[in-house]
Amino acid sequence: MPTKIEKDDVTGQMTTGHEWDGLQELNRPLPKWWVYVFMACVAWSMVYFVLYPSFPGITGYFHGVIGYYQRDAVDADVAAIAQQRAGAMDRIKALSFADIRKDPQLLAVAQTAGRITFAENCQPCHGAGGGGNLGFPALAAGNWLWGGKLEDIQQTVTFGIRSGLDDARNSQMPRFGADAILKPAEIQAVADYAASLFDLPSTGTNLAEGKRVFAENCAVCHGDAGQGNREVGAPKLAAKTHLHGDDRAAILAQLNNPRMGVMPNWNARLDAAKIKSVALYVHSLGGGE
Amino acid sequence: MFIRHETLERNAFLFIVFTVLVIAIGGLVEVIPLFTIETTVEHVTGVRPYSPLEARGRDIYVREGCYVCHSQMIRALRDEVERYGHYSIAAESMYDHPFQWGSKRIGPDLARVGGKYSNDWHYAHLTNAQSVVPESLMPHYAFLAHTPLEQNDLTARLKAQRTVGVPYTDDMIANAGADLRAQADPAADTAALLKRYPKAVAVPGNGQYVTEMDALVAYLQVLGTMVDFADPANEKLHQ
Repeated sequence: MPTKIEKDDVTGQMTTGHEWDGLQELNRPLPKWWVYVFMACVAWSMVYFVLYPSFPGITGYFHGVIGYYQRDAVDADVAAIAQQRAGAMDRIKALSFADIRKDPQLLAVAQTAGRITFAENCQPCHGAGGGGNLGFPALAAGNWLWGGKLEDIQQTVTFGIRSGLDDARNSQMPRFGADAILKPAEIQAVADYAASLFDLPSTGTNLAEGKRVFAENCAVCHGDAGQGNREVGAPKLAAKTHLHGDDRAAILAQLNNPRMGVMPNWNARLDAAKIKSVALYVHSLGGGE
Repeated sequence: MFIRHETLERNAFLFIVFTVLVIAIGGLVEVIPLFTIETTVEHVTGVRPYSPLEARGRDIYVREGCYVCHSQMIRALRDEVERYGHYSIAAESMYDHPFQWGSKRIGPDLARVGGKYSNDWHYAHLTNAQSVVPESLMPHYAFLAHTPLEQNDLTARLKAQRTVGVPYTDDMIANAGADLRAQADPAADTAALLKRYPKAVAVPGNGQYVTEMDALVAYLQVLGTMVDFADPANEKLHQ
């Protein structure tokens, strides 16, 4: 391999001096600016290496001379933003709902905090704007299972529904079909009756029998006229706002092996001020009482 | 001091020696930190091996490639901590082989999704994500709800995990099948299950057989719930 570096006549560039079967290669080095930037980066990496945690050892690692620790940094960041918000959030936590609503500026802060918290935590089930989904209650419709006053909403959000906490909203609908509490004929009859409560065309004719079964088994929770009872979270039946569907098949499914909604308790994830903010936001969606 | 590259290129033996040297340095830089991995795992209480149903759910999670769109790694950054909760710590994935940290967030991070939503929501969402979250891009996994969960190799799977360092006890392996069925049956007595696997979330199941979706939901419901960060004993996360 001859190493004769010479000038190429055509381009005016120097060759690398390598030759393969008469072919020569032009020497086109990297631009100077690029080389200097690269060297500067290497030099910076050395500085970085010394300043920041960089190298593992046998029993630990080199912590860097400025002692940066990302977990301390994020704790400080979170504390700083909490400090910044403390003025408003502490007042939201301390004041009653009535007092918060008297202060338009504070209410606006709470509504905003509530909207953001709702979007991340509540919206997956309850839908954007509290529109609800099949099996997950609408919050904007005023059709409350456990009460729509601010304090009711706060209680529900804090402890959840059937979440396993002692303070949670709790109730259970018997499995009238699966546990053979009612005979199949009675279930068909009461389904006809329940369907007639919200004006669905009834297939059966035996509404009297259904009414009797309803009065004996269902009315204690759902009310004489199917108006519901918020004390036990028993839904209103006499309206087309059913959680699990508005047809006879849905009624039969609920009678047989009822689905009972679970809402997690949020007191472990959200602080008291955020829960109050969410309650104010939910209350403002259109259904608040 | 410098060896001219012609010298290297013309001397095969010298070239091999230097090649091995370069590869060895690269390899050592990657391998040596693994010997000190114990020093990077925080000493916190609460992290336990996955219950049999959760472990199978995790297999489904891996099989379906959930990690392609979902991370399980809340970074120590303010916005992530504000949205998802406490940043992830190494101890939380010390029994994951392989870990599911992921690197893409087409969907949200799942490191603390456990307990955030109800079982019903998970079933509805996995079956048809758009039915509850209209803007979601997630594919439908309805088939999981009627695919029976393969259980024949359950003990072999747990033993394999034990081989790589997950502390499954003989008791856990002997009761694997019973624990799995107890967690997917609302009528079952879960006392023994909860004693072996605290905080395990029982899922409703379909009353006939254990499905892959039952397993996946049980897995999702335990994610990020094992360590109690409110416990002062777990406060010191310095390494």
